[in-house]
Amino acid sequence: MNAPEPEPLARSRTLPAAQREPASATADAQSSDETLYEVRRKIYPRSVTGAFSRWRVWVVVLTQLFFYGMPWLQWNGRQAMLFDLGARKFYIFGLVLWPQDVIYLAVLLVISALSLFLFTAIAGRLFCGYACPQTVYTEIFMWIERHVEGDRFARIRLDGDPWSARKLRLKATKHSLWILIALWTGFTFVGYFSPIRALGGQVLSLSLGPWQTFWMLFYAFATWGNAGFMREQVCKYMCPYARFQSVMVDRDTYVVTYDVGRGEPRGSRSRKADYKASGLGECVNCSICVQVCPTGIDIRDGLQYDCIGCGACIDACNQVMDKMAYPRGLIRYTSENAMRRALSEAVARKRLVRPRTVVYSVIWLALVGGFMASLAMRTPLKVDIIRDRGALGREVEGRWIENVYRLQLINTTEAPMRVAISADSDELKGLTVEYDHSAGDLDPTSNRLIPVRVRVPIDAAGQGTHKIHVTVTAAGDEAAGARGAEISQSTSFIVPRNL
Amino acid sequence: MSDFFTDFWSYYIAAIALVGIVWCVWLLFSQRRVAKVADATQDTGHVWDGDLRELNNPLPRWWMWMFLLACIFGLIYLVLYPGLGSYAGVLKFSTQGELAAHRKAAEQVQNEIYAKYMKMDVTQVAADPQAREIGQRLFLNYCAQCHGSDARGSRGFPNLTDNDWLYGGDPATITQTITKGRNGVMPPLGAAIDAKLSGDVAQYVRSLSGLASDPIRASRGESTFKSTCAACHGATGKGNQALGAPNLSDNVWLYGSSEANIVDAIQKGHNNHMPAHEEILTPERIRMLTAYVWGLSNTSGAGTGSGQ
Repeated sequence: MNAPEPEPLARSRTLPAAQREPASATADAQSSDETLYEVRRKIYPRSVTGAFSRWRVWVVVLTQLFFYGMPWLQWNGRQAMLFDLGARKFYIFGLVLWPQDVIYLAVLLVISALSLFLFTAIAGRLFCGYACPQTVYTEIFMWIERHVEGDRFARIRLDGDPWSARKLRLKATKHSLWILIALWTGFTFVGYFSPIRALGGQVLSLSLGPWQTFWMLFYAFATWGNAGFMREQVCKYMCPYARFQSVMVDRDTYVVTYDVGRGEPRGSRSRKADYKASGLGECVNCSICVQVCPTGIDIRDGLQYDCIGCGACIDACNQVMDKMAYPRGLIRYTSENAMRRALSEAVARKRLVRPRTVVYSVIWLALVGGFMASLAMRTPLKVDIIRDRGALGREVEGRWIENVYRLQLINTTEAPMRVAISADSDELKGLTVEYDHSAGDLDPTSNRLIPVRVRVPIDAAGQGTHKIHVTVTAAGDEAAGARGAEISQSTSFIVPRNL
Repeated sequence: MSDFFTDFWSYYIAAIALVGIVWCVWLLFSQRRVAKVADATQDTGHVWDGDLRELNNPLPRWWMWMFLLACIFGLIYLVLYPGLGSYAGVLKFSTQGELAAHRKAAEQVQNEIYAKYMKMDVTQVAADPQAREIGQRLFLNYCAQCHGSDARGSRGFPNLTDNDWLYGGDPATITQTITKGRNGVMPPLGAAIDAKLSGDVAQYVRSLSGLASDPIRASRGESTFKSTCAACHGATGKGNQALGAPNLSDNVWLYGSSEANIVDAIQKGHNNHMPAHEEILTPERIRMLTAYVWGLSNTSGAGTGSGQ
């Protein structure tokens, strides 16, 4: 995956022919051809316990507590986290984001991408193995499957059995539970975009809108299909991040690695036998590392693009090593360099700090710092000034020249705001601003257009275009929790010829 | 088919689309088998650049079915929607039709809101805050280009807030102005009144509004005004709303108050055009705009004190 030349650690990713399911028995029998399209070999991962599995359970529980729980939290009498696409406002606790704030989304995505780079450079596909929704929901679905149908061998037997009342009951139970979770996931997903409390009532009274219904069912279907059936196929054939992260791995990256030097030649032996005398390595060839693998690969073939870095094989192998009373870590997290050059654990760890990870970290910290600071200092008032283009300027009562502007004012806060508008210019003396002062009261999270007239005394103005500054000042209100703001924008003031 | 002289290109395009799909399906099935690779590492034996080996990494079977499904989807789509040359499709879908449907649906929603105001008197509509917001938005969309965002007009475009009306400011007249438009014509009188005399008339006209004027020149111009201009602007210069002739005595100047501007108007005339909106705006919208514009200069109604 990362080595340019064929190396013992980076072998062909393809399964040995013996492990592959014949694509079509009849076709294989009649010709020397084989189909270009591989039938999916169903994987029955064996359950596993250990440090990495416990980590994954924790991450699954925490991410799902967040995902399923968040829409139910309230803030200021509304949903704490709501992405109101119809009104084009995103509510995140005290923060209200408008379409003009889309830069925050862009920066957030850059930060996410950099996080992915950093974590992947340090320890491979951590995201895939622990936090990816595909992994998380597959994990949840497999947990249900295991509790309904039993572990690996029970499931293989059940699938091989002819249909019976028991098989029907087990399959029906499993799918009912899966579909229940999938529907709840779809419901929660839509609940981020449409107030979830009202959504519950709409579901019960069957009065959902067409798009809400579509997304709820589509998301539920995707959850059920991807976590129940597609599973590792998503990672192997569909996911761009899988391929993408492979590029981020280098020879000092910690990845799930089989210690070839220590394990080979593999072979079964009695617990008490002196394997060294019979020329064997420490791998007892129990194949449990293959059985627990959610993508069905053999980690002993070396690092492969199908490996999602979940560490299930590490947990499994450690258990076997314990039983055999061999030292743990025949399969472990270590780097390619450490393995090939037999570096000590301490040296390999030290190599995690290298220019690449340092640069990622520095950029990451700078971006996160800038993001937080920018959010904290965000102006709660947005102003856009548009000069009336239909007219150059007009004479008023023979005494003034007047230009008209449209001011678009947005109060992004959830408190009312009162603004005052003024204008000044280095070029023009005696500017005055006329507008309907009652229009300066902005409702919470509202958007308002105010026509504003700027005038200068007729004799103070030379013909042509002059630069002026229009300043909008919002008074802060400590009691209401509103911050003050002042925004100045420049625009042009035109004194027409031929008045 | 209107775009071409013959139907040939329509069939040509349809044929390319269909043959393309059939070719894709044929390719998928004709190439679905490959020579078996005996090697356990699935090495096909093909080597490029000395060290790039080609391995046999088959696509999943479900991908093949999805491809086939996409082809079938494409065929069904081509039957239902326009895509095969000039064939309109079973659903007779067109983007114009979709736009018309969306517009109709939107109008239905809007008319539900307007229905309430259609039953009210225009003066009451003008006093309604929500109606004023709707009116302002309509005004900014359809009227502000000429009359300005604040409705105070500019050179050549009347101020709608000053209670000085060229054609009359009662709701019915405003509706008529918006619906049918107006053509205000000041004929060029350069042939009848020479430049010097025009200046005298201009001085007289300025004096009507109480602006600074030369009394001798103004008195010279008065007789010309009475004989020529009074036909439309009236003997006292108060104008005539039936003709749209402006009141010249109120210090409201559509084209400027300076002597030069007034002389220009007399010599070259003015041709002012307010376009008709009956084709552009629905009667409901015209009513909302009438109320908004009427409210701009009739601030006595409850709640219309904004002057906006």
